[in-house]
Amino acid sequence: MERLAYDIVIVGGGAAGLRGAIAAAETSRALRIAIVSKVYPMRSHTVSAEGGTAAVLRDYDSFDSHGFDTVKGSDFLADQDVVEFFVRRAPGEVIQMEHWGCPWSREPDGRVAVRAFGGMSVKRTAFAADKVGFHMLHTLFQTSLKYENIERFDEWFVTQILAEGGKVAGVAALELRSGTIHAIAAKAVILSTGGAGRVYEFTTNGAIKTGDGMALAYRAGAPLKDMEFLQFHPTCLPGTGILITEAARGEGGYLVNNKGERFLKKYVPEKMELGPRDILSRSIIQEIREGRGFDGPYGHYVGLDLRHLGEEVIDRKLPMVRELSEEYAGIDPVHELIPVRPGQHYIMGGVHTDITGSTGMAGLYAAGEAACVSINGANRLGSNSLSECLVFGAEAGRSAAAYALTQGPVGSNPVTALAKAEETRIFDGLLKREGGESLADVRREMQHAMEEHVGIYRSAEALEKALSLLRELRKRFDRVGVRDKDPFFNTELTATLELDFMLDLAEVIANAALLRKESRGAHSRTDYPKRDDANFLAHSMAFRTATGPRYETKPVTITKWPPAARVY
Amino acid sequence: MAGAPAPKPASATPPPPPRSVPPPPPKPAVPAPKGSSKTIKLRIGRYRPERSAEPFYQEFTIPYRDDMVVLDALNYIKDRIDPTLAYRWSCRMGICGSCGADVEGSPKLTCALYLKDLRKSPVTIEPLANFAVLKDLIVDIEPFMEKLESVNPYIVRGDEKPIERGEYRQTPEELELYRQQSLCINCMLCYAACPVYGHDEKFLGPAASALALRYEMDSRDQGSEERLAAVATSHGIWQCTFVGECSVVCPKHVDPAGAIQQLKARAATRLMRSMLLPLSTR
Repeated sequence: MERLAYDIVIVGGGAAGLRGAIAAAETSRALRIAIVSKVYPMRSHTVSAEGGTAAVLRDYDSFDSHGFDTVKGSDFLADQDVVEFFVRRAPGEVIQMEHWGCPWSREPDGRVAVRAFGGMSVKRTAFAADKVGFHMLHTLFQTSLKYENIERFDEWFVTQILAEGGKVAGVAALELRSGTIHAIAAKAVILSTGGAGRVYEFTTNGAIKTGDGMALAYRAGAPLKDMEFLQFHPTCLPGTGILITEAARGEGGYLVNNKGERFLKKYVPEKMELGPRDILSRSIIQEIREGRGFDGPYGHYVGLDLRHLGEEVIDRKLPMVRELSEEYAGIDPVHELIPVRPGQHYIMGGVHTDITGSTGMAGLYAAGEAACVSINGANRLGSNSLSECLVFGAEAGRSAAAYALTQGPVGSNPVTALAKAEETRIFDGLLKREGGESLADVRREMQHAMEEHVGIYRSAEALEKALSLLRELRKRFDRVGVRDKDPFFNTELTATLELDFMLDLAEVIANAALLRKESRGAHSRTDYPKRDDANFLAHSMAFRTATGPRYETKPVTITKWPPAARVY
Repeated sequence: MAGAPAPKPASATPPPPPRSVPPPPPKPAVPAPKGSSKTIKLRIGRYRPERSAEPFYQEFTIPYRDDMVVLDALNYIKDRIDPTLAYRWSCRMGICGSCGADVEGSPKLTCALYLKDLRKSPVTIEPLANFAVLKDLIVDIEPFMEKLESVNPYIVRGDEKPIERGEYRQTPEELELYRQQSLCINCMLCYAACPVYGHDEKFLGPAASALALRYEMDSRDQGSEERLAAVATSHGIWQCTFVGECSVVCPKHVDPAGAIQQLKARAATRLMRSMLLPLSTR
């Protein structure tokens, strides 16, 4: 087995991973950095982010305002020291992206333009039309090509974090093209693999978002934090789940019911369409339940009305909204309502890290949606996630670099032997397995169980049901046979590895949701409809055991914003 | 450079991949299937290097809906009929650039093409033309990645302004000068459509050239000299015969053909300058 060795291995090549790679590369030219990604970096799901990147860029704005909006949006579950750090670092990151060539939209005087966004009390969201993630990803990827000490392993699927004595030693990765497992020794590993939306049936997330990094960390012994908090975005196209950006409302779009009413006046009268996502998604469900939704081939929906904005504004500021509506919903938003309904979009939880990106396991770091550094708490504000990828991607890169510089050479670590065992598990175990169960059936049923029972509204009864279904599905997974026996570019094999990861995460999510007997942010328990600070103003921490997840709690750090009622 | 320099065990090394199977002769169109109980046939160009040295076609019949895109059909086959079918996809919203394939002989994003618009059955789906095929619809994009890297696709500056001093000002009009070329999603449909690339795989090609122009036209960039030198090589922009198919198939309206013409003009100007001006003022 070929043994590769790097100072830092970054798993995932989206915004957080690329930003981390550049930060590490700039820390020291002596460091050798590898980005290992199961897709070419420009395919990473950052590419689908649309609306913008939040940062304090104007004199009328302040760090306290961005900080408080974020904390209030989080329903007071965010760690406030981390939020304060985040809001101070975000502007420099937006400017750094500008220096690297990101085609930000501009004011007439040439400054980076900002727009309004949900839950943000002033205009502070920088944007590049409505293809912000796309432009950020390509800018970061192309910029990363300048650095000679960054190498890439594209279409390599990391299957395991290798560790010795509780300390990171590297990763085992399946090179898709050759169908071989490689050992990559590393002093530090950064997980930046994004979220886990594909655990759900109706999601804005691309096919690759299977929570790999979260499952890798969990299996290596690092805890997952706040996994019960999933964000359901209010405006997705029925049927496909394709996202219609919040920028559509930031630029003045309305949400209307089948009577043509802007129904949000009943739910969030102060903020209307610019209310936070958790509340808007619940409002839409309520409106539909009371019979004021539209009926379509994919169930009920409400209307997103952009007609009053006019063709010129739509084409200049929301070209992708028009493109997606025309191509995937067959309607032109210049003349018609866009059909929308809430769908899974983001996971606030993830691999627990401290403010430096460290997971607590020596040498293991995480950043971006894969991580939970905790700026999002129980509900993320739109446009904070791209900023988070930049701020904490860079921070994790610098922390991992500093750590790697203190470590001796990786020459003697035992990764080859460890990866041999992984090779046996995958090629002699999984690949040779014969079984009557269908991978796609188990996956579809998992997604349906999560959608039905661990969705926007939850209850003990539904969550118990989900857990019992998931236990059954785990047993069935063990009987899933892989029909494609060729090791080389075997996408059935990688889909099986992904489903294995997702089943772990689904169990962690459903259990965490069951244990949190309150409603906070995006976690709405019909049997516990109130927030309960006395008992639940705390993070949940899930540790893997042989019999399933074991949970601990961790106090929330509160610096200057004492928990208060969350009214918009 | 992407991927590993690692030598692979001989047993896992695939045989040299063939160029894509040639497109079949055009057939008369048949009326689109209608109604919910209808089925549609897909004829898929497959290549399984560990099983057979030759590519082959396989037909699948699947239930048809009016709102199905080609990618939905592929997913139906993989999930319910043949899990061994290999292809790339992710965002299913036309932005990640993974899912390109030749459909009825034309390069398309499979996530953005409705079966109903093809009005025929069977629908033939093959790997993107002009690329080496790795397995089924998966083609080797490493040569493209090398071309992309070769044009210095990043801002080059002699002086770097400190972050604390804020952004480089760029007016909306200046942004407009390169905005169109910045929209490329690297889906490589343009390479599949390019006859020049078809017989010279070293040709820099449409997307990489458009990316070069994107940075050329950016008011923040000072790297023109080296970048123009990188595109005006013997396999560079001068090879383009302005067939224009790349711009026809581009799903994001990047107009790489137009971009190459602009680059030619800039490169020519640079050449003239170097011939006419004394060395000290170049």
